[in-house]
Amino acid sequence: MNNDFSNVSRISRRDFLRNTGLAGGGLIIAAHFAACSSDKTLAGGNFMPNVYVNLMENGDVEIVCHRSEMGQGVRTSLLQVIADEMEADWGRVTLLQATGDAKYGDQNTDGSTSIRKHFDLLRNAGAVTRQMLVNAAADAWGVPAAECRGLNHAVHHEASGKSLGYGELAGHAATMPVPEDVTFKSPEDYRYIGKPMDLIDGLAFTVGTAAYGIDTQLPDMLHASIERCPVVGGKLKSVDDSGARAVAGVVDVIQLGDGVSPPGFNPLGGVAVLASNTWAAQRGRAALKIEWDGGANASYNSPAYREAMEASAKSGGLQVLARGDVEAAFAGAAKTLEATYFAPMLSQAPMEPPAATAVINADGSCEVWACTQDPQTARDVVAGALGIEPAQVTINVTLLGGGFGRKSKPDFIAEAALLAKKTGKPVKVTWTREDDIRHGYFHAESCQYLRGAIDAQGNTTAWLQRTAFPSISATFGSTDGPSAGELGLGCVDNPYAIPNMTIEACKAEAHFRIGWLRSVCNVYHAFAANSFANELAHLAGRDPKDYLLELIGADRHVIPADSGATYTNYGQDLGEHPIDTARLKAVLEEAASMANWGRELPRGSGLGIAAHRSFLGYVATVAEVSVSEGGAVRIEELWTAIDAGTVVNPDRVRAQMEGAGIFGMSLTLHGEITGTNGAINQGNFDSYPVVRMNEAPTAITVHVMPSTARPGGVGETGVPPVAPAICNAIFAATGKRVRELPLRNVSLV
Amino acid sequence: MAIAMTLNGKVHSFEAEADMPLLWAIRDLAGMTGTKYGCGKALCGACTVHVDGEPVRSCSFPLSAAAGKSVTTIEGISGDGSHPVQVAWRELNVAQCGYCQSGQIMSAVALLQKTPSPTDQDIDLAMSGNICRCGTYTRIRAAIHKAAGSAS
Ligand code: FES
Ligand code: FES
Repeated sequence: MNNDFSNVSRISRRDFLRNTGLAGGGLIIAAHFAACSSDKTLAGGNFMPNVYVNLMENGDVEIVCHRSEMGQGVRTSLLQVIADEMEADWGRVTLLQATGDAKYGDQNTDGSTSIRKHFDLLRNAGAVTRQMLVNAAADAWGVPAAECRGLNHAVHHEASGKSLGYGELAGHAATMPVPEDVTFKSPEDYRYIGKPMDLIDGLAFTVGTAAYGIDTQLPDMLHASIERCPVVGGKLKSVDDSGARAVAGVVDVIQLGDGVSPPGFNPLGGVAVLASNTWAAQRGRAALKIEWDGGANASYNSPAYREAMEASAKSGGLQVLARGDVEAAFAGAAKTLEATYFAPMLSQAPMEPPAATAVINADGSCEVWACTQDPQTARDVVAGALGIEPAQVTINVTLLGGGFGRKSKPDFIAEAALLAKKTGKPVKVTWTREDDIRHGYFHAESCQYLRGAIDAQGNTTAWLQRTAFPSISATFGSTDGPSAGELGLGCVDNPYAIPNMTIEACKAEAHFRIGWLRSVCNVYHAFAANSFANELAHLAGRDPKDYLLELIGADRHVIPADSGATYTNYGQDLGEHPIDTARLKAVLEEAASMANWGRELPRGSGLGIAAHRSFLGYVATVAEVSVSEGGAVRIEELWTAIDAGTVVNPDRVRAQMEGAGIFGMSLTLHGEITGTNGAINQGNFDSYPVVRMNEAPTAITVHVMPSTARPGGVGETGVPPVAPAICNAIFAATGKRVRELPLRNVSLV
Repeated sequence: MAIAMTLNGKVHSFEAEADMPLLWAIRDLAGMTGTKYGCGKALCGACTVHVDGEPVRSCSFPLSAAAGKSVTTIEGISGDGSHPVQVAWRELNVAQCGYCQSGQIMSAVALLQKTPSPTDQDIDLAMSGNICRCGTYTRIRAAIHKAAGSAS
């Protein structure tokens, strides 16, 4: 009891005057009974140590997820990190989705950054909470904080055997100063990090209550469907909306003007039909009679564009990486090889098309519900469109029915806000699938010209690569061509130990809104590099896996700047996240061994392999394909090894690799967006097919490499090796080299 | 016009055009949003519901064709997610974004009602109308086997 009484004295001395919020006298008396009835010793109240954590006095914890959930599992893994560092009981935490607000830091859920860029921030949010609870308990007990431990939702003092629950400590912890330095848990003490925790939205996903952008319903809401100019940058010539207005349920037809140049994140304009339900809006829209003036981009036609881009790649461009002397190496080569690879435009086609609901309040403020990957940018764009301050805009982030990069652009959200303003009612804008496929932000089509040389021993001595693709930066008005960021997506970060290497960036104009698609330029850069490495292996008469290992070469850190390249390393430090050839080789070896590389396969079957580092993660994939007499390709099985450093939820990493396998198969087998006179030819899943169950491999086996390295990206990292692994397998099966995607345009007979 | 049917066990009367797709009647008029839109052309299966036990693509199924019939949506499979298919889905953490999963589950439930122990080929046939852009097919296949009690 003596000991306990001294606790009281300490509390009263230190805190009585400082914390008038604590009822001083009451505290002293109550604290007297600390040993038997600790819950009476401390003031009640909630504890919000930072914007991510709210500990309630009943012990329940609300954790704020400031990142968007689009299938990568971030709502589960973010919770794992904070709850783990906080030492919270999993059963007592719930998740709140953050609105778009700069106070949460970076919310742009893009670039596979949620864990790789936020791991420490999230750990810190949890660790600060834990430390302040520990400090509060130590203060209450009058013992050094170093003798106390936060463990499973309570603080314990081992020497005295005392403990106080987190809820009991909440009010007092709120009075503690925020510590400047906290110690993170050591990995062997992790409770949730690294564990395959079940999805926190698992029940909602299976009973139909998971709410997406398309699901928002407000009283008195109008439903909008918008007809947009088929050509980017075109203008409305005339519209006859009498037919639309005659459709039952149609309430209004509103012209949204023309799109702006550069398009950026702005709405495309067009003519909106508003109705009492989605169907009426779509039918009314179908009854519009519109004439458009396509403008300059109506000159675009896919075959001619491809021809010009291939000519551009053959003729050369701006040197962006150079080492050694490729010309001398070609002159002295035993054998040389040249190849041109083509990959088409793609649409992200998330299962939920873009959809947003907006309402303008009486005070002029705007509230939005949307499936957005980037709520802060959405907030700015909506504010700009309405001519109000970002602070007057609330962006509620729903679940995203897939994103894949499409939903980082808030054009569709601004459409809803503009229509809400014009009608004075809540408005939901729902894009049709055709809208999504035709008016998207497309993954760029690309052409890669490669030339290689081998010496008499079969070693690759020279590598010349010319990359051509319309740049994403054109969407925002730049005419400078590929950005350093884009060239750093699998091109100038080439890991091959080839003494003479030149990489050039070639001209290609943009005629559409070019945007991000899962793994972005890595798709075509990895396709070309891994395919050409495979071609060189065959030229040298070597096993493709062994040859690839040799090309990657000795264990080392590749420094693109040593070859004169500007390399941005996914926005992270190259010292902390090097291009580590040992890790790339390790996943390659692992995938090969999982697939039992080198085994005999029946005629018409083959194994193909590819390895690629992207988003600071390393992935190798082996594909087993069979090709029928008629030339039909079946992907029988995939094996993938990933090294993403420390992983938070290995089951979600596996799920992302499985999904990336299917996503990569879709773009390999089917994916192709083309244009005629500037308008997109495809419109739905009939003309833009994706892989279905009957094409899914019998198994996608994933190995997550154990690692304590800093976390790398996962969501996009699995996609790049898939296409080259499949195409290399087709070569093994048939001797036919595939140099263009998708395979449905390639004859394998 | 008024079109009446049983919706998840309760009589429901819709005041709507006869040719309105069942999907939009369920979502916009009945306010039940578990059934999803993905294509509007019977190409993706996101809108799958049961009409008298048969899986149909509600985006391409006129409201009038459901008149007098029994319509079941994802919300009506079980009140609490206890159907073996729903349980298996959660045990294998099938969902990624989850958007297609209402339709996947509706197709899987219908498959298992007809074929309690489906082969992979049965699954291919029954499930190939349901697109999952996130690529959860291998887990869907495993979950169907698990729900059927035939997982090896
Ligand atoms: S929305 Fe009905 S099948 Fe796609
Ligand atoms: S889980 Fe996202 S579309 Fe299937």
